[in-house]
Formats: sequence, C-alpha cells, structure tokens
Amino acid sequence: MLRRLAQGVPTLLVVVTLSFFLVRLAPGGPFDLERPLAPAAMENLRRVYGLDQPLLVQFGRYLAALARGDLGPSFSVRDLSVAELLARGLPVSATLGALALGLALALGVSLGGLAAWRRGSALDHAVTALGTLGLTVPGFVVAPLLQIAFGLTLRWLPVGGWEDGAPRNLVLPVATLALPQVAVIARLTRAGLVEAAGRPHLRTLRSLGLAPRTLALHALRGAALPVVAYLGPAAAGLLTGSVVVETVFGLPGVGRYFVDGALNRDYTLVMGTVVLIGVFVLVFNLLTDLAYALVDPRVRDQG
Amino acid sequence: MSLLAVRALRVRYPGLTALDGLDLDIARSETLALVGESGSGKSQAALAVMGLLPADAAVSGSVRFDGTELVGAPRRALDRVRGARIGMVFQEPMTALDPLFTVGHQIGLPLRAHRGLGRRQAAARARDLLGLVGLRDAAGRLGAYPHELSGGERQRVMIAMALACEPDLLVADEPTTALDVTVQAQLLDLLAGLKERLGLAMLFITHDLRLARRISQRTAVLRAGRLVEAGPTDRLFAAPRAAETRDLLAAEPAGRKSPPPAGAPTVLEARGVGVAYPGRRGLLRAGPPRVAVAGIDVTLRAGETLGVVGESGSGKSSLGRALLRLEPAAHGLVRVEDRDLTRLDRRQLRPLRRGFQPVFQDPTGSLSPRLTAGEIVAEGLRVHAPSLGAAERDARAAEAFAEVRLDPAWRHRYPHAFSGGQRQRIAIARAMILRPRLVILDEPTSALDRTVQRDIVALLRELQAAHGLAYLFISHDLAVVRALADAVLVLRGGRAVERGPTADVLERPREAYTRALVAAAGLGPA
Amino acid sequence: MSARDLDDGASLALRVRRRLLGDRLAGASLAVLLGVALACLVGPLLTGHPYDRIYYDYPRTPPSLALYPRPGTVEPALARLAFRMRVRAEDVAVGPDAVRLTLAADGPVDARVLTYFARSDLFGAARVLARSGDGTRLTVEAPLRRTRFLAGTDGLGRDLLTRTLAGGRVSLALGLMATAVALGIGVAYGAAAGYLGGRADAVMMRLVDILYALPFVFFVIMLVVFFGRSVGLIFLAVGAVEWLDMARIVRAEAMAIRRQDYVRAAEALGLTTAAILRRHVVPNTLGPVVAFAALLVPRVILLESFLSFLGLGVQEPMTSWGVLIADGARSIETSPWMLLVPACALVATLMALTLLGEGLADALDPRGPR
Repeated sequence: MLRRLAQGVPTLLVVVTLSFFLVRLAPGGPFDLERPLAPAAMENLRRVYGLDQPLLVQFGRYLAALARGDLGPSFSVRDLSVAELLARGLPVSATLGALALGLALALGVSLGGLAAWRRGSALDHAVTALGTLGLTVPGFVVAPLLQIAFGLTLRWLPVGGWEDGAPRNLVLPVATLALPQVAVIARLTRAGLVEAAGRPHLRTLRSLGLAPRTLALHALRGAALPVVAYLGPAAAGLLTGSVVVETVFGLPGVGRYFVDGALNRDYTLVMGTVVLIGVFVLVFNLLTDLAYALVDPRVRDQG
Repeated sequence: MSLLAVRALRVRYPGLTALDGLDLDIARSETLALVGESGSGKSQAALAVMGLLPADAAVSGSVRFDGTELVGAPRRALDRVRGARIGMVFQEPMTALDPLFTVGHQIGLPLRAHRGLGRRQAAARARDLLGLVGLRDAAGRLGAYPHELSGGERQRVMIAMALACEPDLLVADEPTTALDVTVQAQLLDLLAGLKERLGLAMLFITHDLRLARRISQRTAVLRAGRLVEAGPTDRLFAAPRAAETRDLLAAEPAGRKSPPPAGAPTVLEARGVGVAYPGRRGLLRAGPPRVAVAGIDVTLRAGETLGVVGESGSGKSSLGRALLRLEPAAHGLVRVEDRDLTRLDRRQLRPLRRGFQPVFQDPTGSLSPRLTAGEIVAEGLRVHAPSLGAAERDARAAEAFAEVRLDPAWRHRYPHAFSGGQRQRIAIARAMILRPRLVILDEPTSALDRTVQRDIVALLRELQAAHGLAYLFISHDLAVVRALADAVLVLRGGRAVERGPTADVLERPREAYTRALVAAAGLGPA
Repeated sequence: MSARDLDDGASLALRVRRRLLGDRLAGASLAVLLGVALACLVGPLLTGHPYDRIYYDYPRTPPSLALYPRPGTVEPALARLAFRMRVRAEDVAVGPDAVRLTLAADGPVDARVLTYFARSDLFGAARVLARSGDGTRLTVEAPLRRTRFLAGTDGLGRDLLTRTLAGGRVSLALGLMATAVALGIGVAYGAAAGYLGGRADAVMMRLVDILYALPFVFFVIMLVVFFGRSVGLIFLAVGAVEWLDMARIVRAEAMAIRRQDYVRAAEALGLTTAAILRRHVVPNTLGPVVAFAALLVPRVILLESFLSFLGLGVQEPMTSWGVLIADGARSIETSPWMLLVPACALVATLMALTLLGEGLADALDPRGPR
C-alpha cells in the first residue's frame, strides 16, 4: 500500500507539470481585460505576480510553494488566495459528491440485487432499462428536466441556489449527480451477482444444503468486487458531473470555480483546482485499492 | 434396501437429452463407480442426484435416498439431505471453494447449518476434520484462504466440507482428475480409508477405468446418456458383456514400440539444455532466476521416440519449447540434423524450422479461430515454399488432410466445427505438411477421451513408420508413453531423475520418485 | 461435448436466447442509428430552412405541423410592416396564397418600400397591381411565404429541426473521428505493448496508468479554453483522452493471444513477427476492439456535448447537440421544446450506439456474454 502511495507522487507531479505548462503556454493572459491596461500598470501587475520571470523559474517557485501547501493568490478574485477560494467551494462539492455517492451505492446495490434476485422478471427488465437510460441521458439533460418537473411545474423544490446547503436545495443536484452512478452500480451489481450465482463455488455451497441467505451472502461478497473497483472511477465521474450540476443549479462549488477560473484565465485558480482534483482522484483510487484488498484476500497477498 | 435408488432418471435440455433412463442402486457402505467418456452424462447424473442441475434442465424419473424422494422435492426438503446426509466433492479444486472466505469458515458452514453449532464449536470441529483429511498443520490452516493451498490440499478441504456432517453417501465427481498422479494416489487412499472408518457409501464418477477398478465394488458404464452395463467391478472388467464396455476397455493404450532400425541417422542432439526465467523484477534489481529446466541431454535418431514424463511443474513443456527454439530464456546446445541451432538468430533459424515441428496439448487453443482449417494447415508453406501459388497450397493442404484421415472437403471449415480429436488431427497435419524429421508432441492426447486417444496414437505410429519421424513425446500419462516410446526420460523440478529404455524405467524403476509415479499410475500388466 | 461443457451447454441455450434478444435490440438500434445518420446527412437539405437562417418574425415558435404565417398573424404583421414603410395598410385581403392590400400615405408612396415585403419572413416579393393618380395609394399583392417549423424555432427564430440535424452532423462526425483517433493510437500502442511484453510493456503501461489517474476532462477543458474553441482541437483532445481504455483492452487481448498455442505453432512454423501480428494477433483482437469502438462513439459524443454545453465546444453559428441543449436548458421556462428536441436526438443516438455496442460485445466475445 505504501508503494501505491509512492506511485501517486509521480502522477501528481505529471498533473502539476502538465497543467502548469498548458496554462502558461496558452495565448492571452490574466490581465487581458476588455479595456487594456496601461503598459506600465500591466508590467507592474506581472511583476507582482512573478509573471515576468522565466517560465522554469516560475515553475520552480510554484512547486516550492505547492510543497508548503500554498496554492498562490487568485488572479481574478483580488485579495483572496486560491486556497481560500477552494476552501469555500470544497464543502459544496464534497457535500454533493458524498451524498450522491452514498445514494448511488444504496440505490444501485439494492436495485441490482433485486434485478438479479428476480432475474428475467419485469423488475429485472426495468432495472436494465433504467441502467441504459441512466448511462446515456447526460446530466445536462437530466438537470433541466428535473428543474422543469419539480421546480417549475410542481413547484416542490427550488430550481437552483445553494442557501448554505439547505436540504431542499440539495435534492435535485444530488439526484442529477447520482443517476448515472446508480445506473452503473446497479448494472455492475446485477452482473456480478448473476455471474457469482453461476460460479462453481456457489454450487458447492448449494451441495451443502445451506440456506439461501448464506448463499446470498457469498454471492454478494463476490459481486462487491467489481462495484468496489468502480468506486475510483465513480469519484472521477462525480467530479466531472459536478461541473455540470454546479453550472445548471448555480452552486458555488469547485467545478464552478474551475470553469470560471478557466474562462477568466485565472492561472493559479485553475491550477489549484486541478491539483485539488488530482489529489482527490488519487486518494479515492487508493481507498478503492484498500477496500478491494479488504474484500479479496488474493489481492492482499500480492502486496 | 439400497441407500440410493435411481430409477429411469432422465435429464433433458432444450434440444439435447443428457441422460436417458438411468437405473442405479447403491447399498450402505458400498462404492459404485460410474464410468463413461465426456458427454456420457455421468456428471449430469451426479448433479441430478444432488438437485444441482441448472434451471433449464428437465428432470424426470426417481431418485430415492433412504426412502426419501429427491426428484422434484422442495428446496427445504433437499437441504435437509444435502450436506447433512449426502456430501459431494467436485472436480475442480481451483474453483469449487469460495476464494473470498477462509477454509475454516467454509468447512464450518454445513456444521452451523445442519448441526446448529456456534461459530467457535464449528471452528473446533473444522480443525478436527482437517486433521481427518490429512492436512498438515490443521489448526494453522483454518485461517488460510483457498489460494494459499495447493490443488491437492484444496481437494482435501473439499472432502472435509463434504464429510463435515458425517453423511451416509459421498458423491465424488472426478475428484482427482485435475491433480497430478502422485497426489491423485494419495487422495484415493484417503477416500478409501475414510470410507472404511466412516462406513460411507460412495458414488464415484470417473472417466478413468483404472481408477474405477481400484476403488469400487460395483461399476456402471454410461455411454451417450444411456446405461450400458452395470455389475460387480471384478466381473465387469474380467468379462464385459456389452460391446460398448469392451470398446472402452480396448481403448486403454496397448502395444509396444518396435525399436528404430539400427544405423538410423541422428536427428536431434541436445546437450545441457536449460531454461532459467529471469527473477521477478523489483524496482531496481532482479530477483534470483527461476530454473525451470537444468542440464538436460537428449539424443534422438530417425524413427525413435523418447517419452518425457513428469508432473506439472516438472519442466517438461519448457524443455519442449527450448528444443523448438521458442523459449527465449533457454540455453544449451541444440543440433537438429547436424545443424547447430545454438547460435542462429531468428532469421537464420527460419528456413531450418521446417525440420522440427510441434503438436500441442490443447486442441482448441492450438488453432486460430479466425482461419479455416485449410489455411491453418497450409500456413507453413507460405514460409517454406513461398513460390507455391494459392491453388497449389490448397492442393497440398488437401493431401495433408487425407494423410491424417480427415475428409479434405472439410478444409474450408473453421476450427470450432471440429471435435477435439479432429482438431488434433488438423494440428498434426499442420506439422506434417512440412515433412519434418522431428516432431515434438506436447501432451498431444491428454485432453482427449481414451477412445479418441487410441485413434490419434494409431495415427502417430503410422506417420512415424511412413516417414521415419523422430518423436519427443511429452506426457504425464505413463500408459500412453509405455505404448509409444522407445525410451523414457523422467523429469522432476526441471532435472532428469531417471532415463533408460521404456521397459526398464516403467517396469523396474530405480529411483524412488519413478517408483511413486509408476505406482500412482496403476499401470496394468504389460 | 464433455460433461463439463454440458453445464455450459445448458447455459448456452440461455445464452442464445439472450443473444437473440440482444440481437433484436441491436438490430433496432442499428436501424435507429442509420435513420439518424441519414436524417442528419440529407435532412438539412430537405427541411427548406438553412440551419443558420434567422426568421425574425418567428422566434420561439413551438413545434407544430401548422403552416406559417398563421391567418391571424398576417394582418398585425402587415400593420408592423406598414409602420416601418411609413404608410397605412388599407383594404387588406388575406387570401390562401397571397395578400392584397393598398398602401396609403399622405404623400406619394415610393414603390421602393416594397422591398420590405421581401425582407420579411412572411411575404415574398410584392408587385404593384394599381397606382392611384396622385401616387398616394398603391395597391399591391404579395405572395405569402408559407413555411412549417416541425420542431419549432429557437430564441432567434432559427428552425430547430434543421439545426438539430445539422448539429447532429457535427456531433456524429466528431464522434466518429475522435473514435478513429482513439482507435488508431490505442490499437497501435496496446498491440505493441502486449506483443513486446517485458520491460517495454511495463514502461508503456506505467505511462498509461499515470495518464489514467489524471482528471482528464479538466485537461480537455483547459486545452479548449486556452487554445481556442476549434472543432479540430476538440476532437483531437477527446481522441487523445479516450485511447487509454482501448490501449488497455488491446494489450490484454494481445497478451492472451501471445500465450495461445496457435501463436507458438506459428512461431515454430517460422512466421515473421509481422506475419504473426497480421494473421494471428490482430484478427483475434478484432472482436473486442470493434465492440469497444462502438461503445466509444457515444462516449465521445457525450464528451463533446458536455464541452459544448459549458460553452467550450462548437461555436455559433455552427452548432452541435450539446450547444443546442445548452441553449434549450437556458430557456426551459419559455420554450421547453428547445431542450427536448435536441435532447431526444442525442439520447436516442447515444442509446442506440450503446445498445449496439453491447450487442456487438456480447456477440463478438469468444468467451461468451459477460
């Protein structure tokens, strides 16, 4: 596991390097406003933010600052550091993501389990159809549809806004985020259970005259493997999903900061977001590996 | 009254009748062997008895166990019998145990279900059971996961599970087939001993007539889903009544190899051949190399057959690949037809390759599924006779088909349309079309039924006589080796344990390991 | 058939049934796809509206089969027109194909104002029927320009059906091109890694692992934002992201095939590495590759739509489904069809592609269905 952690460092380095040079090589700068600044003022600004230095020096400085956990000042939101901005956005995104993931796990596993239990039934077909639908209907279609249905027609829920995370404001974004994940997890669970039911070792258990409950326990543990393995990518999916959801529902999360930062050429904000997301994805992949090893003793032994 | 009474048992699938009217009786403490080739329906019979058939199987007839009807019984009723009064051991020790749970937990399951034992009591009993089935360090192995055990150990665990609730009947479906012969022998002894101690009745399912003869009091022979003959084992083997039984018995490898003519030229000469795989790479340094084969010498003359025998992991296949120059990790001197192959690179080796050709074990994996049989057979001509046109190549392929007794008209079919034996003939034709001098046969008959095996053996003999081929015959099956080889080389852990003329090695083995192999193989009289 | 195969044989019946069901689905999906592709290809030519033509008189027209202009709307439109021409519209007679009216003013009416008719979306070029002696009254006839907006119009008054079909061209073309890019890189990279094996494979796959852990969508966004929103860049970026899976799949297949006895036999026959790759390795990886490529197309389309939705993809007046959906999402309150029409097109296409891809994967997987 320590080795996995060590492997994350080069990945993170690649993330930082790639995003740094991508940002700096791009035409246009953070201070290209509609009304151009006086050359002297521009020069001044560039010096303040260290943009007049050679690229490699800037990179070195950035890495050094990063090692101290300093993500630099924001270029577009004056007087605030990137870390402060992200500290505001993170709780929003994290709340959404955690709720969506929890919902997706609970709903996906139970739906997939039901479908596998009643294989070939109408319920099974319904779950399969829902799975395909959830996979193919993108969030940016689902979100407006939910807004029409629950916000405008039924007037049950607000169509957007954060309001300090009021539960009413969370329902639609979380549902949008969770839907594709529910679809994938339900499909994985169903497929895993169906496959596990066909495994020879389940036949062994049946030959021992064990109760269906015991069999189900063994099948579920086997079916959990692909679901657990999916959690890493699921986290990434929630992150990209949050960009859409935060845009559509007007939520002040990290994804929103990223897009705004990119549009405003706020170098440090964009990079800070990417680094944060990179760390997040890495940590989640690591947790997935840990969970996988917990379920499967064969993986544990491979180190 | 018999313990198990099977009457008119039929198992049908959509479009297929797997078992067609089976009648069997097993008395208490009796072992009945159910023998038959693949597809004969013998495993279906076992699964039907246990109520384990897949959902689309239609079962009719009657299976009465100690007076209780099992066919069509509700699941609860079945579960009072399964695991408690009938235990079952499956063929595949690798997959029959749940990889995610400890051995102790799995053995404890039937105890907790049928005996109502608590977790701790079940664990204690599981430890006793592991001792009973002869697993070393039983207490320590309770917490082990299946992947930490060898195949033989897993099968012992399987037996412990099946016997946990002291059943009256054990159904064993090819319990030793996937194991090496020496392990196989140990397990058979274990089963026989347990049977005595526990007064078990046993339904022993096998394709191997010698095993049936060794272990059972009575034998029933299945063929194509029908019961052909049943009776006391001694009588059945001594005086088979049904023609099908006689055919099965006659399919046991027989005959001896006549020695090659004196003065036959040397085809293969290998000195100090070894295979050492580089060690598992760490981040910076390599671990110690893993030696698969070490210092083997082989000399083969035209018309001569050397049998290479050994258990899995003995290095016999690696040796074959090394001699074929297909093993990058190989070293040592190899001369084929007086050409030293040792220092040749791939390009230089290419024209010489037509002189030595392989035939592999797996008849499915050795033919590319996307080429027709004719294309597969003619492929070597593209390399070694590039001047031939497509029509000529096809004509040669047709000849090669005829030579291996396949209808040349079938050469336009794809591999999946052929049976296992036919596929092996295609693989032989692919080698023979190049007119090689040396053929390296890597377990060419191991995946085939005895009756099919007999025909392939006959074909190999015929081809050898016709073309003066030298064979290196790699096999774990001493009976086939005895029938085909002039000399035998016994490998263990990549080293030569014993070598000599076939009769000497197999009938008067000098080394303990060879003696164990020969004893485990249960070779019948010459 | 061995006894063990019999167990498989039993599930084979199930498998065939499942595959048949899958085939029916896959067949229907194929039909839907061909329909969508054909419609996108020739549809914009048949709707009678250029995709970028703005009908100032018809913004936010709901979808309907009705002919425009509607009878009740002609006279107000004429009144507006007359106001702009600084004349009075009198004696208006609306016929089925044309309107006849008299333009009256206090001074002489300049016949040049008639160009206003042709410039409007409702009428064709007007011709003068009669002129009063003092020139203050001009009796004119203008043909009604009759049009339909089957799927309604967008906020600027552009025909939504045409725009959806034209957007479909872009989305489909991008999907195919980016998939081709991913296929090319992925197959080459994966086959090389899988067949070479050893250290080369380890290094190549480590690189893939690192790239895999990157939050790629964010990189694509950065790329697009900073380097301009060109279509070419988008598909390059998408293709560059999506090859990773392909490389992994092909590598795994190539490694498995390499261990097969038929490859050993081919080596023993003396075939060159190139011939083995061509005759044995590549044909046998084809099944999973084709199936995965079919699943890749919808993913690429989705990614493009996602970028366009954020305003980072295809730019006006060119359009794509993502752009249209973004437009629609902004005006769901007033004109929900603007969301529904392109969303239906996108979802139908994605679903058909996904089902087809899964059907292919099942049918082509030599190990049977997953």
